[in-house]
Amino acid sequence: MANIAALRCKECSREYPVGAFNVCDFCFGPLEVVYDLEAIAQVTSRDKITSGPLSLWRYADFLPADYNAQIDINAGFTPLIRSSGLAKKLGLDELWIKNDSVNPSYSFKDRVVAVATAKALELGFETIACASTGNLACSVAAHASRAGIKAYVFIPSDLEKGKVLGAAIYNPTMVAIDGSYDDVNRLCSELADQYPWAFVNINVRPFYADGSKTLGYEVAEQLGWRAPEHAVAPSASGAMFTKIYQGLKEFEQVGIIGNVHTKMHCAQARGCSPIATAYEEGRLVIRPVKPATIAKSLGIGNPADGYYALKTIEASNGSAVIAEENEVADGIKLLAETEGIFTEGAGGVAIAGLKRLVERGTIKKNESTVVYITGNGLKTTEIVEDVVNPIHIDATVTAFEESLGLKA
Amino acid sequence: MSPLKRVRFTFLDRLIKEPVIYRMSHDFNVITNIRRADVQEGVGWVILELEGEILEIERSLEWVRSIGVRVDPTLGDLVEP
Repeated sequence: MANIAALRCKECSREYPVGAFNVCDFCFGPLEVVYDLEAIAQVTSRDKITSGPLSLWRYADFLPADYNAQIDINAGFTPLIRSSGLAKKLGLDELWIKNDSVNPSYSFKDRVVAVATAKALELGFETIACASTGNLACSVAAHASRAGIKAYVFIPSDLEKGKVLGAAIYNPTMVAIDGSYDDVNRLCSELADQYPWAFVNINVRPFYADGSKTLGYEVAEQLGWRAPEHAVAPSASGAMFTKIYQGLKEFEQVGIIGNVHTKMHCAQARGCSPIATAYEEGRLVIRPVKPATIAKSLGIGNPADGYYALKTIEASNGSAVIAEENEVADGIKLLAETEGIFTEGAGGVAIAGLKRLVERGTIKKNESTVVYITGNGLKTTEIVEDVVNPIHIDATVTAFEESLGLKA
Repeated sequence: MSPLKRVRFTFLDRLIKEPVIYRMSHDFNVITNIRRADVQEGVGWVILELEGEILEIERSLEWVRSIGVRVDPTLGDLVEP
């Protein structure tokens, strides 16, 4: 059984038995999973981890659900690549790229959905659901297909078809809701209360969120059992950002790695930067915004974990950085041209944010840095379609050589 | 027992000074029960439980939205990209 003791309110610390709850009945604060780290320390080891599966389930001792082959689409254990071209361009000695765009449904969401789905089945659910405009929908639908269970995916009705093709292909029940984004939000909140389904990011959210801890564990393992000096990650709800740090700290607490001094840097795009703006203004209260960014996968205007992301920045002596909208595509192109990795808008934000952090002197030349690339570029080709600009020639060798100046 | 609904109000700028929750319970047949709040200069939020007939709760929330208060589920946005 997973080494979890209870669920606990992040605000008032009241504890609850493990179940499909996400909100404290007393203060309505969010619940989180409480781990028995002493028990985990007894059973885990570097050897045990390295002999585990090549997926996020190698860290099963640290997760709130047990491994379940029925749902496993092999999420996680994605490459950590030592950067050469990008590092040189930015003037960094030790830059690593965590390429999570190669997950089975092409984003880091496979980590959180894998854990949420495994836990949902443990808790007796036979249906999983989500409200999503992109990556989350793809992952929920893919996991449900693998598990042989029903999936409901709720989307705003004005969403372009292409945006949900990656989810529709797995044949979930897709429900397009007429109304504003807020209407979709409200309806899903009500449905989560009324139907016996596991809404992955609502009623099983405490388990779901902890799937992102594996982004911390993996980087530590892949760096040779150490934490980097800096981690740069894009942020939408703020949950992934906080969980990366929690993962690193848990490894420290159970003795898998030494002291963690990682500074956590949160990257957001100008058109939706509630967390980074609060950081810049020195506030811990999020001022909600209406998302207007081309980095659609970061489009959360009132982030559930925004406050906790700000606390993570504070605890780690990190920072937040805003990428201008016109820098997002530049970031995508820079990563592609220097490292051969094609990322979506969120990755462009992370790269643009990294660049700015180096320019500011926040990240210094000799400091080890990991940048998280969380989604695949083929999902948002419209952002960079201007790169398609071939040289047109007649079908002759002469025309070819003339056009490229190759003629002797 | 009447239906209950949990919501999060976010107040920006001038709305912080308005007695929105008082007016809500005064003008509508809804009982308001504040559970947690944080109000700072320029922005504040309140998480509260509303009790009343469902249509009356919806009417009251419609009014709250109409004066510019943002109304969300308690944990913020649930629709994820």
